[in-house]
Amino acid sequence: MSTPEAEVSPETSDTSKMQVSDEVVIRIKDMHKWYGAFHVLKNINLEVNRGERIVICGPSGSGKSTMIRCINRLEEHQQGDIIVDDVELTNDLKNIDAIRREVGMVFQHFNLFPHLTVLENCALAPIWVKQQPRAEAEATAMKYLERVKIPEQADKFPGQLSGGQQQRVAIARSLCMNPRIMLFDEPTSALDPEMIKEVLDVMIELAQEGMTMLCVTHEMGFAKTVANRVIFMDGGEIIEQNEPHEFFDNPQHERTQLFLSQILAH
Amino acid sequence: MSSVVEEGKTYEPGTYPDLPPPPSTVGIVGWVRENLLSSTTNIVITVLTLYFLWVILPPSINWLFLNAVFEGASRDECRAIMREAGASGACWAFIGHRFELFVYGFYPVEERWRVDLSFILMLAAIVPVLWDKTPQRGKMMIGSALAPFVIGWLLIGGFGLETVPTDKFGGFMLTLVIGVTGIVGSLPLGIALALGRQSHLPALRIVCVVFIEFIRGVPLITLLFVASTMLNYFLPPGTTFDLLLRVLIMVTLFAAAYLAEVVRGGLQAIPKGQIEAADAMGLKYWQSMRLIILPQALKISIPGIVNTFIGLYKDTTLVIIIGLFDPLGVGRASLADTKWQGLSTEVYVFVAIFFFVSCIAMSRYSLYLEKKLHTGH
Repeated sequence: MSTPEAEVSPETSDTSKMQVSDEVVIRIKDMHKWYGAFHVLKNINLEVNRGERIVICGPSGSGKSTMIRCINRLEEHQQGDIIVDDVELTNDLKNIDAIRREVGMVFQHFNLFPHLTVLENCALAPIWVKQQPRAEAEATAMKYLERVKIPEQADKFPGQLSGGQQQRVAIARSLCMNPRIMLFDEPTSALDPEMIKEVLDVMIELAQEGMTMLCVTHEMGFAKTVANRVIFMDGGEIIEQNEPHEFFDNPQHERTQLFLSQILAH
Repeated sequence: MSSVVEEGKTYEPGTYPDLPPPPSTVGIVGWVRENLLSSTTNIVITVLTLYFLWVILPPSINWLFLNAVFEGASRDECRAIMREAGASGACWAFIGHRFELFVYGFYPVEERWRVDLSFILMLAAIVPVLWDKTPQRGKMMIGSALAPFVIGWLLIGGFGLETVPTDKFGGFMLTLVIGVTGIVGSLPLGIALALGRQSHLPALRIVCVVFIEFIRGVPLITLLFVASTMLNYFLPPGTTFDLLLRVLIMVTLFAAAYLAEVVRGGLQAIPKGQIEAADAMGLKYWQSMRLIILPQALKISIPGIVNTFIGLYKDTTLVIIIGLFDPLGVGRASLADTKWQGLSTEVYVFVAIFFFVSCIAMSRYSLYLEKKLHTGH
């Protein structure tokens, strides 16, 4: 695991501005999910307040990606409730659309659209989902591309960019929809080590601006810097959750201790 | 680290200049050495190819052009001219005499301007579709969308034009009518079938699968016979249903079934993450398909799609079996003329050239399109 804390720049690790409000934006209650007969998520209960930065970790196959993918209905849950921004996630397409407009997602493999330029990738959803005029959508896209520090790549195709640049474009693309919640599904796992930092820096800035974030990652340095809660999952259950200091220094559960000893010792 | 030495010059590390490549590896000489003479095997193949061309090309050119007779009133005249010259070649005079029949079939002579105009309209309508740098492409596309209706009206008549029954259609004009209608109609239908086959609605999926498997499982000729005879059993008694229209429908359905499978292959090659990203951004199903999935899937499928189109285009000659006069039908009828007996080679070579030119154009265009749409590494 490549998780040296030195990767996080000192000037960006100022967490004082990050405020957590009392407003609950995601409420998951007694949620279960099965793949066929396989019980992947067991009795998930989670409340996320506005402005929270939550890091979800756990061994592979523990259900952490599946859980955050349930939040925007990329995966369907079979039992329990998921309420995002007061909208309950049901089979009602209207609700799903409403939630997807509020929730941005960044994937492990970027999932940029290879046949569109970087700018078109970013402007696509605002134009078609929010019916923004093209010029306005492209101006917004440029603004976010500047924020992730690659405005000069706007006219290139994703295939011409490095992995780190592609992931930053993917983040900008999500931000263009002006989401109130961001989901990150292992955003740095497919990147070369020297590119991880540029992506994490963007994510840290986002956290400092008060974005509500749920992030599946093994970047423990990131967790210590920006997370206000770390969740450990194993076997489809939430085993333990705590604020980062307590989580890393004083893990309560045996399985958490084992996991941490495995990823931190090398 | 030591300095690098080249032709007596010394450079400090990191300052070595970009030198031109050796002269023997660039230009025509370089290309010939690299591509024709790079190894013993390559040299043998090059020599064999040259020998083969030497054997094939001169006689072909002689027969096609140099010794060919372009004017004459009958085969005997052709023969006489060739006997005088002491060489044998093609008797193109025959084709010249029958040229109008080859192009228009039995379309009334005084109405043939309508076919010519339709052909020009078709070319004009194709330009904005195939060439994305057409000025005012959006507006031109509207014209392209309307063109089939105008062409249909021009060819069939009615509404102020004299009606020409479709059994007068023939020759290359018939080939183009069937081929172009089949291509234009089968692509959207094929895409719809491919999407339907991947649908998560079981009823829709089953309908599409049954349709595709049935049509693919039956020879086109059988379908054409069904079109020419059987359909009457299914239609209310007394309905007359134009034979050409039935053929158009059958050819379109046939090509659509094949296209559906080609496009499905393309759809399966698109990573699941693409649709997930589109979903996560809130795009609707049809938006994701139109903006994200199909542009990529169709791009991958271009070779297969064009392959199907070329197959369809050539299969239009099968309509000869149900009594329509496509170029082969016209050719066969012409050969029955006692004045021109025994010239089947000329007829079939001529028809072959027509099909070859059409098909090579499609194939070249598909290569251009593939290159243009290539965006990644």
